[in-house]
Amino acid sequence: MNARARFINWGAAVLVLVLPFATHALLGQGWVRILDFALLYVLLALGLNIVVGYAGLLDLGYVAFFAVGAYCYALLASPQFELHWPLWALLPMGALLAACFGVLLGTPTLGLRGDYLAIVTLGFGEIIRIFLNNLNAPVNITNGPQGVNLIDPLHVGPWFLEQTYHVGGIEIPLVINVYFLFLAAVGLAIRLSQRLEGSRIGRAWAAIREDELAAASMGLNTRNLKLLAFAMGATFGGVSGGLFAGFQGFVSPESFTLQESVMILCMVVLGGMGNIAGVVLGAVLLSVLPEALRGLGGLQEFLFGKVWVDPSNLRLLVFGIALVLMMLLRPEGLLPARARQREFHESQ
Amino acid sequence: MSRSEASQGGALLEAVGVGKRFGGLRALHDVSLALGEGTITGLIGPNGAGKTTFFNVLTGIYKPDTGTVHFAGAPLPAGRPHAVAERGIARTFQNIRLFPNMTVLENVMVGRHVRTQAGVLGAVFKTAATRREEAAIAASARGLLDYVGIAGQAQRVAGTLSYGDQRRLEIARALATEPRLLALDEPAAGMNAAERMRLADLVRRVRDDGTAILLIEHDVKWVARLCDRITVLDYGERIAEGSPQEVLAHPKVIEAYLGRGAA
Amino acid sequence: MDIFLQQLVNGLTLGSIYALVALGYTMVYGIMELINFAHGDVVMVGAMVALTALQILTGWGLPSGIALAMAVALAMVVCMGLGLAIERVAYRPLRRAPKLAPLITAIGLSIVLQQLAALIWGRSYRSFPSVLPADSVSWHGVIITSIQALIIVLAALLMAALMLLVKRTALGRAMRATAQNPGVAQLMGVNTDRIIALTFVLGSALAAVAGVMVAAYYNVGNYTMGFMLGLKAFTAAVLGGIGNLPGAMLGGLLLGVVEAMGAGYIGDLTGGYFGSNYKDVFAFLVLIGVLVFHPNGLLGSRAREKV
Repeated sequence: MNARARFINWGAAVLVLVLPFATHALLGQGWVRILDFALLYVLLALGLNIVVGYAGLLDLGYVAFFAVGAYCYALLASPQFELHWPLWALLPMGALLAACFGVLLGTPTLGLRGDYLAIVTLGFGEIIRIFLNNLNAPVNITNGPQGVNLIDPLHVGPWFLEQTYHVGGIEIPLVINVYFLFLAAVGLAIRLSQRLEGSRIGRAWAAIREDELAAASMGLNTRNLKLLAFAMGATFGGVSGGLFAGFQGFVSPESFTLQESVMILCMVVLGGMGNIAGVVLGAVLLSVLPEALRGLGGLQEFLFGKVWVDPSNLRLLVFGIALVLMMLLRPEGLLPARARQREFHESQ
Repeated sequence: MSRSEASQGGALLEAVGVGKRFGGLRALHDVSLALGEGTITGLIGPNGAGKTTFFNVLTGIYKPDTGTVHFAGAPLPAGRPHAVAERGIARTFQNIRLFPNMTVLENVMVGRHVRTQAGVLGAVFKTAATRREEAAIAASARGLLDYVGIAGQAQRVAGTLSYGDQRRLEIARALATEPRLLALDEPAAGMNAAERMRLADLVRRVRDDGTAILLIEHDVKWVARLCDRITVLDYGERIAEGSPQEVLAHPKVIEAYLGRGAA
Repeated sequence: MDIFLQQLVNGLTLGSIYALVALGYTMVYGIMELINFAHGDVVMVGAMVALTALQILTGWGLPSGIALAMAVALAMVVCMGLGLAIERVAYRPLRRAPKLAPLITAIGLSIVLQQLAALIWGRSYRSFPSVLPADSVSWHGVIITSIQALIIVLAALLMAALMLLVKRTALGRAMRATAQNPGVAQLMGVNTDRIIALTFVLGSALAAVAGVMVAAYYNVGNYTMGFMLGLKAFTAAVLGGIGNLPGAMLGGLLLGVVEAMGAGYIGDLTGGYFGSNYKDVFAFLVLIGVLVFHPNGLLGSRAREKV
């Protein structure tokens, strides 16, 4: 590692450690919460990146695994069934369950070509959501559209994250506790992604992405490897689902719509699929941008003395335009992977 | 590439009565072929004779409609290319199919996949065994690049290699799977005379190191000099089989190549 | 049997609309191998434009038949322009970009169209003026309303016209050539840029009509209405074999019927455990089932890889 890279790494490390405190002091609790969600999206985007970026499989129903993890946590740690499992059991459970669903979906469908697979995964995502929405009858399992409430708050061993702690005069409220829990999860996910990418398995995924038939002819069991990518991606989704449920305190089916899947895909592609730094950047950008655009109403008042355009519409409108512009300006993503960059520039 | 001296004779590959149709098109009909260890076998015939289709059957890409293929004494897993590679048949492609955006070295390392083990857990925890295996994979890949003569290009992106080097890389990648039979689909296509000669040397060396060779080629003279046996296909049927001299003197072969009346 | 026939009629009505929208997806895919994610929103714009035009025109006292025809024509013109603009802005600059880039611009445009529509027409549901007679014919207990009949007949006519255009005209031949191999088509003197733009225009015109149909059928229009409809239509296009025109028609009709049958029979089939709120699950399961056994859709040609 050269001096410049080392400097950047240290800078980034200091930044992510100081960021929540600075945000809390300058912008308030709400913005730290936005950062927490941004980290959750980073986790989801990293998971989808394994499927789309590494193995080259277009998945439009990724949110289903997020939902599985979230409901797993919600049902096993809430008054719904009077169960109160601990976090260390719930997260691996959610990850495992999500992986099982990944295999369940992948087994019959992974033989399909790209866009056919996309629509099948999309359908799967919708099926999961519809079941969550309707499994309150005849036996009430998911509590239907109302969702599950009063979910046990996140706690790590003896530390209950909803408490405010004081360390050396610095106040550490819930949102900052959660930030560091999520940050740890993201750190772990990045490490995992790096190791997978550089391994025998990661190389096999890259080969399948580049030329599936040639890969099979070299002895790669393409179906099993694709299933593995699906299952690995799903575990990330399952874990973030669990964290989401514990943080929110309630879950309902409307958090798991197709739009959510599409947004996570946008994060991966816009950031630069296959490249971890790009995916992280894409996730942070697309989860913070809509929140930052909430200020558009105030801006209008400031500039024109009156709110002319409904800020909630304007916010999404600007977001959509930004999405189009960013993609037009950098079609290979903001921080493309080495290989993708080559791919694009050679084809020009 | 050290393997015990291959025994002459004794069929390594035995295809009997292979037939394949695509809709109304009869691509292959009753084609049989046998080849022994330590041999170089040529598969020739005019364009559209069914040579590549036959290759695709042998390497598990197509399931034959009729007939059987035995490899090393057991039936070949039809229609499952990865299982065929695992059993010991590796191939190259007529229209080169490398992993174009991966490096030259990575391409060959992918070939080692089928003979190595490390799984997800090994990758995640980077165990000592995994690191050892990775090092061994890289080392043997480098060795193979050296073997085919492109060791200097290891870190280049595969898609940017010259045509001839891409063909060599495809051979190195195939050899990385430790095949007992190497199937080359028009390996000399697009090469000049000097390159062809060096390719012939490489093919002989691979054979001498214990891997049988089956190759498709258009240049009949080149094939005749290189091969021990030749099979000729025309319109999806086998029209001749034998030593190069026998085959090239066969009236049906002359007719197929030069047209009716020439014989 | 009555329920069956009734649901068949309802399904065919819905399926005709799906088919029209699915054609737009499949034409674009056939030429560019691209999922036009904004297509559903073009349908929505068509519906909303027609809705407003109808309100104004009937307000002037025009006879409802003429007002409806003019509203449909206006919606078609607006949508054709919109289709052209979408192709120019989101797709043409990205022809050589990595495959997923245009998917993201399409998603961005879909958001833009929805939000613009929300700004213009508001977020609430707008009712579609009832200009069509509420007549219906009853045959063996099966009721066919005039609007159902109109939708089915009009959709059939449009599809027939499209097939004639593609199969019989020079323009259609150029379209097919471009779909087969854009590079070669260009060498043969086909202006592929124009053909691609035209494909968007044609698909958008059909989408406009479908939009008016669906708004008139359910009597409402809303800025989000294109999303689910687009999704269903895309599913239909895949079901039939994407890139294949008759496939899109078959897929659309089939999906409509499957959904209607699902709504009618799921309760009975599952002993009352699952109700009609599972009809979408049923539709997607049929899709997955079909693709597992027919990986290229019902009529999709098997794309054999050149080895």
